[in-house]
Amino acid sequence: MSRNRWTAWAFLAPVTLYLLAFYAYPLYRNVELSLRRYTVRSFVSGGAPFAGLDNYRDVVTHPTFGPALAHTAVFTAVSLLCQFTLGLALAVFFHRHFPLSRTLRALFLVPWLLPLIVSASTWSWMLNSEAGVVNAALGAVGLDPVNWLTSPRWSLLSVIIANIWIGIPFNLVVLHSGLQAIPDDVYEAAALDGASGTQRFWRITFPLLRPVSAITLLLGLIYTLKVFDLVWIMTRGGPTDSSTTFATWSYRLGFGSLLPEFGPGAAVGNLLIVAALIGGLAYARAQRRPRW
Amino acid sequence: MTTSAWRRGMAGVALTALTVAATVTGCAANDEPEGGGGAYTLWDPYPQFAGGSDWEKLLQSCGGSAGVTVRRTGYDTTDLTNKALLAAQQGNSPDVLIIDNPVISTLAQAGALTSTDETKLDTSASAPNLLGAGQLDGRTYGVPIGANTLALWYNKDLLGKAGVDVASIKDWPSLTAALAKVKGAGKKGITFSAIGTEEGSFQFLPWFWGSGAQLTALDSPQAVSALTLWKDWLARGYAPNSVINNTQTTSWQEFAGGDYAFTENGTWQRANAEKLDFAYGIIPVPASAGGTAPAPTGGEFVSIPVQRDTGRYDVSRKLVACLTNPDNLLTTDTTLSYVAPVAAVQQKQIAADPGFTVWVDAVNAAKGRTGDNLGTKYPKISEQLWTAVQGALSGSKSPQAALTAAQDAAAAK
Repeated sequence: MSRNRWTAWAFLAPVTLYLLAFYAYPLYRNVELSLRRYTVRSFVSGGAPFAGLDNYRDVVTHPTFGPALAHTAVFTAVSLLCQFTLGLALAVFFHRHFPLSRTLRALFLVPWLLPLIVSASTWSWMLNSEAGVVNAALGAVGLDPVNWLTSPRWSLLSVIIANIWIGIPFNLVVLHSGLQAIPDDVYEAAALDGASGTQRFWRITFPLLRPVSAITLLLGLIYTLKVFDLVWIMTRGGPTDSSTTFATWSYRLGFGSLLPEFGPGAAVGNLLIVAALIGGLAYARAQRRPRW
Repeated sequence: MTTSAWRRGMAGVALTALTVAATVTGCAANDEPEGGGGAYTLWDPYPQFAGGSDWEKLLQSCGGSAGVTVRRTGYDTTDLTNKALLAAQQGNSPDVLIIDNPVISTLAQAGALTSTDETKLDTSASAPNLLGAGQLDGRTYGVPIGANTLALWYNKDLLGKAGVDVASIKDWPSLTAALAKVKGAGKKGITFSAIGTEEGSFQFLPWFWGSGAQLTALDSPQAVSALTLWKDWLARGYAPNSVINNTQTTSWQEFAGGDYAFTENGTWQRANAEKLDFAYGIIPVPASAGGTAPAPTGGEFVSIPVQRDTGRYDVSRKLVACLTNPDNLLTTDTTLSYVAPVAAVQQKQIAADPGFTVWVDAVNAAKGRTGDNLGTKYPKISEQLWTAVQGALSGSKSPQAALTAAQDAAAAK
C-alpha cells in the first residue's frame, strides 16, 4: 500500500472514529435496547433475554399508540405547513428592502435565540387558565376563558401554536437567503413582459425557491418530529395523552416514571428515527427527479 | 472489489479499530478509583448546596474522621435516578448514594444497592414508617436521612376576612364548607398539584389514603370518593383549573400571591414561608371522616451502592453512620427543612421551633409509597393513578370510569 493511501486513511480516521463513537454505536445500542426485554435488574447486570419484536408489538398495541401517532402527525403537519407559509410570506416581505427592515428581521429571530426552556415556560404562563395573559385578553373582549393547557380539547393546539412561533424564524432566515440567490434580472424581464405580482411569485419565486424549500421542509420535519422539551414543559403530554407525541411518549416510557421501561421507550424512539429516515429518502428522491 | 482495494479497506478498519481500542482503554483507566483509602465518592440530590455550604463541610468532617476525602456531586433529583442506574450498569457507582425514597426499591430490584445486613448498617433508630420505603422483601437498603410530607398551608389573614375558623376544619365536608365560604367572600379556595407525573400522585395520596382506599384497589368506592372530592372542587370553582398542570412549586407561587386560602404543600416550603407577606398557618390534611390522613413520606435515604471492591464498604459504612448520627441529623435536617427520621432528634427540632410540631405529627402519621411490600409495583400503580386524576379533572372521564381504567391497566402489568 502506498504512503499516500496511509496518509489518506490517517486523515479519514478521526471522522470515521467520530461517526462510529457518536452515531453508529448509540444507534446500535438503541436498536439492541428495543429488541431485548430489559428489566431494571438486567439493565444493570446484563443478560436481558432477546425478545425479537415483542417491544414493538407492545408499543403498537398500547392504548397510547393510536393517539400518539395521530398527534405526532397533526403536530408535524400543521407545524410545518404554518411555519413554512408564514416564514415564506415574511421572507418575501423582508426581501423588499425598506427602512428598518433589517432591524425588524433581526427581531423576528428572537424566538430562535431564546433557550427552549425559556420560551416554553413563557408560553405556559401566557396560556395559564387562571393567571394567563391570553385568557385576560379574551376576558377583556368579553369571551369566556379557555383552558388552553388543561383541557384535552385545546392542549394539542396550544403546543402547536407555540411550536409554530418557534419555527418561523428558521424558515424566514433560510427562505430569505434563498430569495437573495434569485437573480434580479429574472424579475426585471418578467416585469417587462407585464407579469403581475402574483404571477411573479408563483411563476418565478416559488419554482426557483424549490431546492431551498425542500431542504427547509426536510430539516423542519426532522426537527418537528423530535420536538420534546416544548411539549414536556407545557403539558407533559397531557392531560391524559391529549398532547402526547412519540417523542414525549418515548421519554415517559424511558424516564418518566420511577420504574424505567427502556425496551419500549427505545422502540418508540426507533419508530421516530424511521419516520425521519422516510422523510430524508423522499427528499433524496425529489432531488434526483428532473426539476420542472 | 479488487484484492488491493480490499486490503486497503481492511487496513483502514484495523487502524480505526486500533484507535477505538486506545480511546476505550483510556476511558477505563480514568474510572479506576484513585489510591486505596484516598477518595470516596458521594452523590446527592442537593445541587443547591455549593462548595462552602454546611452540608459540604459536614461531608468533609465525616470523611476526615474516617480518614478519607469525600468527593461529592450534587444532581437534580429526577436526573439522579437515571444517573444511578447507568452508573450501576457501567460498574462505577458512587461509594455513597443519597436518593429519593421511592427510588430505593427500583435500585434494590436492579441489584444496585447493598442491603444493611451485608454492610452492617444500624437502622434501629429510624422510625419504622419511614424505614418502610427502603425495605423490599424483608431487607433494608438504606437509612433515612430526613423526611418531609404534605400538609395544608393556609392564609390566616384571608380566612379571617372570610369568617372561617380553622379549628372547624376536621374532615372533608367541613373543609369543603370552608372553601365555599372563601369563594363566597370573593377569594379563591385551594390550590394543589395534579400534574401528570409522580408529583401528581404524591399530592393525591393523602386524599386517596384519607378516604380509606388502598393502592392495590384503585377503583374502590373510597378511591372514587377521593377523586370526586377533587373533581367537585374544580367544578364548583373552589380549586383552579390550572392545578392539572401545576407543579408543587407553581401551586406555592399561586398561594404566595395571596389570593388562595389553602395550598397543599410540603415541609420544604418553610424557608419560603418566611417571605410571605401575610400570616400563615398549617393544618394536617384531614381524612374523609375526620382525623389526620396518612400523607406519603418524602425525603431521601443514604445507601451504599454495590461495588466490585467490597473492601470499600467499611469506610462507606463509617461515612453513612456519621451522616446519620443524631447530632449531624439535626444539622442536616435543619438545613434541608426536613423532619428528622429519629424520635429523639424530632424532639430537639420541636424544642428549637414549637411550630414544627405539626410537621413532626404529619410525618409520624405518614406512609411510604413503596411500603406494604409494593416495591417496584408502586411506579406502575402510581402512573395509572396520576393518569386517572388527570382524566377526571380535565373532564375527559368520570372519576369512576377513570379509576376503573386505571385499575385494569395497573393489574394488567
